[in-house]
Amino acid sequence: MKFVDEFRDVELARAVVSRIHRKSSRHIRLMEFCGGHTVTIMKHGIRQLLPPTVEMLSGPGCPVCVTANQDLDRAIALAREPGVIIATFGDMLKVPGSHSSLQRVRADGADIRIVYSTLDALHIARQNRDKSVVFIGIGFETTAPTIAASILEAEEEGITNYHVLSLHKLCPPVIKALLDSGEVRLDGLICPGHVSAIIGSRPWEFVARDYGIGCVVSGFEPLDVLQSVEMLVDQLERGEPRVEIAYRRGVRPEGNLRAQELMNAIFEPSAANWRGMGVVPGSGLKLNKRYQRFDAQLAFEIDPGPTVEPKGCICGDILRGVKTPLDCKLFRGACTPEHPVGPCMVSSEGSCAGYYHYGTV
Amino acid sequence: MCLAIPALVKSIEGNEAEAELGGVSRRISIVLTPEVRVGDYVLLHTGYAINVIDEEEAEETLKLLTEMASLEG
Ligand code: SF4
Repeated sequence: MKFVDEFRDVELARAVVSRIHRKSSRHIRLMEFCGGHTVTIMKHGIRQLLPPTVEMLSGPGCPVCVTANQDLDRAIALAREPGVIIATFGDMLKVPGSHSSLQRVRADGADIRIVYSTLDALHIARQNRDKSVVFIGIGFETTAPTIAASILEAEEEGITNYHVLSLHKLCPPVIKALLDSGEVRLDGLICPGHVSAIIGSRPWEFVARDYGIGCVVSGFEPLDVLQSVEMLVDQLERGEPRVEIAYRRGVRPEGNLRAQELMNAIFEPSAANWRGMGVVPGSGLKLNKRYQRFDAQLAFEIDPGPTVEPKGCICGDILRGVKTPLDCKLFRGACTPEHPVGPCMVSSEGSCAGYYHYGTV
Repeated sequence: MCLAIPALVKSIEGNEAEAELGGVSRRISIVLTPEVRVGDYVLLHTGYAINVIDEEEAEETLKLLTEMASLEG
């Protein structure tokens, strides 16, 4: 596939690796924010290719994983409402909430449909005018504009039975919270490529300016990630942390202005509850006043009951980069992809699933 | 979740386009990329084109990496 295969070129990758080995003299810790990058790194054994001076940590960039149990419980409670059809991305189905999961309530008769896109959810709403369709809106800045677009379309078409449970989260504010916590010390950040395709590279400037941490926006093929690591090594060896884009074919400094415009028309920033990090002010999106009628939270009175965290699961610590799946006593034993205890084992981009599938070295 | 894959735009009709990815054709929304033209590649995320791929930049990146690799010898 064009723009994919070229960025998997083994010879070019080998050359980047040997340059990194030659140039890297001081020990640095880099975090890949995005779960998509974690998958690339695991799948291609990139950690093992890097010199011991370059340490890689996984970050909180897995939308399924960071969805708090309380929010998951809300989605499950909505699924139990009579006359409601839940439309959701497939990854959410198996995540265990406090008392149940979407999969389990589906087995008990709830109408839950797996969709690939909000376009599909709208289609379900069109075909089921006597029911309410609730889309479980998880995701970062990459996905939020597609939700905004669906709400605008629903409005234009006069679709009144479409609602969104907005659990969207914003990446720069959570990075700030993570850095302010002082729990993890970082020298460089591999910034999420498709989040940045929307927001651009400028929202990362504060990381370099205020925290002295290098930032490189990366694509998702192995060559992209290696190139980004090399750029960070260069920056840090020179002692000049700044924001650069390695993923230039997909990301412009200003981002996608049209997508930002749609997002801003529908949403306003709000506090969001992150698994492992708790409530972070300004790190989420809720529907603004003008579009409140599409807000599932307001349209239904639901009581998700008390929140219970999965016992023994250290997903939250893993998402903050302070532990790895190997530190979890349940890993591979009580917790497997078939019987996941926490979301980091469910999501295809969760760290625990990555360690499980691609080895643990 | 933030996965986006390159797709080639074959035809455009209003806010929608016919795009080809890995030999398969599908209808996508281009409401987030009104500037897209037939023959462009877009990054496709959950049914929406989220950006037009900059082919020149892609070539530049590969050229640079190839030059650096040949210096490495
Ligand atoms: S292995 Fe399972 S229980 Fe342990 S942290 Fe990962 S998801 Fe949680």
